[in-house]
Amino acid sequence: MQRILDIARDKAASTALIIGVFVFWEIFCLAANISDILLPRPTQIIAALVKFWPAIWPHTYQTLYTTLVGFAFGVAIGVAIGVLIGSSRLAYDTAYPLLVGFSSIPKVAVVPIFVLWYGAGTVPAILTAMIICIFPIVVNVATGIATVEPELEDVMKTLKASKLDILWNVSLPRAMPYFFASLKVAIALAFVGSVVAETVASNRGIGNMMMIASSSFNVPLVFAGLFVLAGLGVSLYAIFSLIEYRITGWAHRKTDLAAS
Amino acid sequence: MNALTAAPNIAASITRPFIAFEQASVTFGRGEKAVQALQPTDLTISEGDFVALVGPSGCGKSTILKMVSELLKPSSGYVFIGGREIGANPIRIGMAYQNPTLLPWLNIRDNVMLPLKIVPPFRGEFSAKRKGEFRDRVEALLAQVGLSGFGDKYPWQLSGGMMQRANLCRALIHDPELLLLDEPFGALDQFTREELWAIMQDLWLSKKLTVLLVTHDLREAAYLANRICVMSARPGRILDDSPVDMPRPRTIEMTFQPDFVALNQRLRAMIVGARGGTGIVNHPPGQG
Repeated sequence: MQRILDIARDKAASTALIIGVFVFWEIFCLAANISDILLPRPTQIIAALVKFWPAIWPHTYQTLYTTLVGFAFGVAIGVAIGVLIGSSRLAYDTAYPLLVGFSSIPKVAVVPIFVLWYGAGTVPAILTAMIICIFPIVVNVATGIATVEPELEDVMKTLKASKLDILWNVSLPRAMPYFFASLKVAIALAFVGSVVAETVASNRGIGNMMMIASSSFNVPLVFAGLFVLAGLGVSLYAIFSLIEYRITGWAHRKTDLAAS
Repeated sequence: MNALTAAPNIAASITRPFIAFEQASVTFGRGEKAVQALQPTDLTISEGDFVALVGPSGCGKSTILKMVSELLKPSSGYVFIGGREIGANPIRIGMAYQNPTLLPWLNIRDNVMLPLKIVPPFRGEFSAKRKGEFRDRVEALLAQVGLSGFGDKYPWQLSGGMMQRANLCRALIHDPELLLLDEPFGALDQFTREELWAIMQDLWLSKKLTVLLVTHDLREAAYLANRICVMSARPGRILDDSPVDMPRPRTIEMTFQPDFVALNQRLRAMIVGARGGTGIVNHPPGQG
């Protein structure tokens, strides 16, 4: 019980801020008499969300699907590249400039290329979600692996540990906190990627739904789409935070001690 | 016990040299930027000996340690371990640094067990024995250094001295024939350090392993070692190689007795000379 109260107290300020923003928004729109074509009030948005839910749901499912599949591929590729360039100085020096160049390309610019290759629809959305979330994972995993204490590496080498032994027993567990930190960033980016792709070239997904809704001036529905995206983003962020805490609690013990 | 205490003159000893440096030197870098870290050095250490390397910082003490542990190859000359040139030797080595580098995600027991997961022949039996025989083995070693009951604790729950004890256990769990210590007690307070000296001495007496200790602390060297090698400033060479003829087991009180103090002062004078680079002390190096 005490624990729940503690959590409630910790969360009270952020909850109050969220509610405050929406209340302010509502009152501001009412007071300034802003048309719902320009900026609908939160209550109107929620009403639209409820009213159109049967239509919104398949789009939500589609966006969630493309995001998660793209994210999964992104994580797999990101970890592989991160491990490679984190454990080899040569690979790092060789591949890093290319990676930086690659990551500086605005991802919306590559969507037309994916459409050219695979046609409009699910595949470009998955690929966009994938490439947009690779880079933060690569950088974090590589950092975690490359910053193993040299003394510890010497101890392992003295035991005649192979590179694989060191990677498996020391480097990878050590990179886990970095990895999970990057997952939280990457999942949010993956949503951006898939929605951008859906907006440009798809006939399904939240991005596509928002395009259609805005062209018919159903602005509350556009905002309802934003709310759905925000909700999905927050939920997945929360899930990854929880997994992170479970798996890499050893890296967070200081906050633990401070809280107890 | 007697055999160990009476092993002062290594050159005359009949035991085969366990470690032998023959004109081994180390140079880092090439061309004009080359820095010689170690001058051609001869050094022999027989099996079961306890040798301390002391000297000013940057004198190549750690370089010698790195060659013995095969992390570094000599630029010229040879290093033999167990009669074979390094790179080919199958002996088991344990190593402990000043920084305990325990893995924060493992408890102390699993940290200490880590070498068993890696070093043959233990690694082949690891999954079968980790809950039984190996666990008992870890507990026994932890008990020996005064850490019984701490197996389930995590490194961050331990004090610096306790972490260093666990670090020693990790260096010893796989029954190494050679233990390398690089200023292992340097970061500890005086009393904890003296406690660990006693533990280290007990471990050495009970396990009969060869130890090579790098340290800044002359009392530590004199308390623990059978032989003290003093090194010159960079590029390093061995200036002096003195036996410590004190009976075992030694006590902290003994380090305040006149012969002990005299030895310390002699070593100290030599290191001060080496730091100044004036070459005041002109002993023939080692077996020279």
